[in-house]
Amino acid sequence: MIFEVFRQEKKGAAFAHAGSVEAPDATFAHAYAHEQYGRRQESEALWVVPRDAIHEVHDFHDELHQTYHRVDGYPLKEKLRLARERAGGTAKSVDALSAGGG
Amino acid sequence: MDEQRFLEYVQSGGQVETTDRMPDDYRSKLVKFIEMHGNSELMGVLPEREWILRAPTLQRKLALTAKVQDEVGHSQLIYRVVEDLGKPREQCLADLISGKSKFHNVFHYPTKTWGDVGVIAWLVDAAAIISQKALLKCSYAPYARIMKKICWEESFHILHGRDVVLTMMNGTDEQRELVQEALNRWWGPLMQFHGNPISKEDDPMYIWRIKSQGNEEARQQFLDGYVPQIWELGLTVPDPKLRKSDDGVWEYSEPDWDELKHVVTGHGPKTQERLEFRRKFLEQEAWVRSVVLAEAA
Amino acid sequence: MSEKVQKIVEIADDELILGWRDSEWTGIAPSLEEDVAFSSIAQNEIGHARALYELAARELGTDADTLAFDRDPGEYLSAPLVEERRMDWAHTIARHFLYETADEIRLAALKDSDDAEVAGLAAKMDREEQYHRLHARMWRDRLQDEPRFVDALEELWPAAVAVLPEELRPQMSERLQLDLPSNSLLRGFERGSHSEELRPLLDEMTMVRRSVPGATW
Repeated sequence: MIFEVFRQEKKGAAFAHAGSVEAPDATFAHAYAHEQYGRRQESEALWVVPRDAIHEVHDFHDELHQTYHRVDGYPLKEKLRLARERAGGTAKSVDALSAGGG
Repeated sequence: MDEQRFLEYVQSGGQVETTDRMPDDYRSKLVKFIEMHGNSELMGVLPEREWILRAPTLQRKLALTAKVQDEVGHSQLIYRVVEDLGKPREQCLADLISGKSKFHNVFHYPTKTWGDVGVIAWLVDAAAIISQKALLKCSYAPYARIMKKICWEESFHILHGRDVVLTMMNGTDEQRELVQEALNRWWGPLMQFHGNPISKEDDPMYIWRIKSQGNEEARQQFLDGYVPQIWELGLTVPDPKLRKSDDGVWEYSEPDWDELKHVVTGHGPKTQERLEFRRKFLEQEAWVRSVVLAEAA
Repeated sequence: MSEKVQKIVEIADDELILGWRDSEWTGIAPSLEEDVAFSSIAQNEIGHARALYELAARELGTDADTLAFDRDPGEYLSAPLVEERRMDWAHTIARHFLYETADEIRLAALKDSDDAEVAGLAAKMDREEQYHRLHARMWRDRLQDEPRFVDALEELWPAAVAVLPEELRPQMSERLQLDLPSNSLLRGFERGSHSEELRPLLDEMTMVRRSVPGATW
């Protein structure tokens, strides 16, 4: 059986795919992954997962340009300039605000 | 994706995953190249393994065992990649011991003294890491990814090798002589290691961007990095023509390409003995694999 | 040599010789994954030997490498179990399983030692040995119905019991639910006698070191 191994490099980090091991069962897979992906103390923790348990999902299309999912769907710069102009001198500058609030 | 578009894709830096569609020719070139790399790691174990038992201090014994262990670990990672491309590990091992598939030239030679152990770990691993670093850019992403771990571990081997060599060079005349003799023995195979200087545009492995550099480029990088380090220890490189020309290119005596061909096709001084050794243990312990793996299959 | 130092050197010699034997598998174990795993165990054993030799060396005014490499074969205190060349997987795993069982009992006793240094080192070693025990048990579970393994366990049982001092042997018997071997079966395996295979091992182990006397490696 093939087991996929995910490795956490240090506490708090995301687990990332490290590779795989071939083993007869989960106990062997744990022992083998422990040495193949951690013997130099390069890992904080491992996830050892039977390959069958992993489902790959692909095909992400954006044919209709649904830009609200993306940064370029939000052209704030121009709008902000207009809004600032309209506010004119009545709005306090950022500096003044932070000085006053200190 | 047709072959031409695929070619343009990889040549412009595109990367390929296991589940992507790929041309048959690309897949078979990948299997051949990566399998030979796996074979080399596995056969590279044998010239050093016997010296684990003879290492002259506890520290050296631990470091050498760990180095050989890394090489087995690399072959595990590499054969897993080959397996996911469609060729099972058992088949790779069967083709290795029957002589059908190849392994790198340097692993066909004997390891005569502890001096060889130092020179192999330092210079053979240095030559190998140059090829392997270039593979970080391989168009086949699963192979490129494991190369990170492999290169990281190889860097320890070079440190270990350099430490072994430096300790001997600081030792008795007899020890210094052991290093010089080993360098004399290994220089020829080292110069052949990166292959003949065919233009990379004619190298199918480069065309598919499996490799990312040409053979001569790799050899020049090796000479540039390591000849000064060899010279500064007072060692002599056994090539009277070796010099760096004014334009920065290393000149050297033509490596013996006939020897390279002869050796990698199964006629090296230790080829048959090492394949026989591997065959013996594969057969002897086949029952373990059948007991352990049969019920899991 | 004091009784304390003698005890430390006994365990160190066991770990060194077994680690040496186990490292013979590095590169040729039955599978690549197992090769990596078993090589770590061999390295840990050598590492434990080194830590124990260092402890003994301070009392004896020498160093760990000198103790490990430069004694006469008759001065080694290892048990015959670890000395034999067992280059087949059934015997290797049977020895590994039996030795780890004995070693766990021995370390438990050592952790209670009055000597804080000895007790502390035993506790450290015991933490690494937990991985060894897990590895040994998973293999025992896999191979327990395999005739080669069953035969190997039976063959090695007397030598394995002889690794322990007499007062700890009943624990070994209880743990594995096996009867203690008779004194006649134990003969030849007691600490102090050596396997014929120890001398060739030491010859090979010291080959490089002896080749240039007095050199630093």
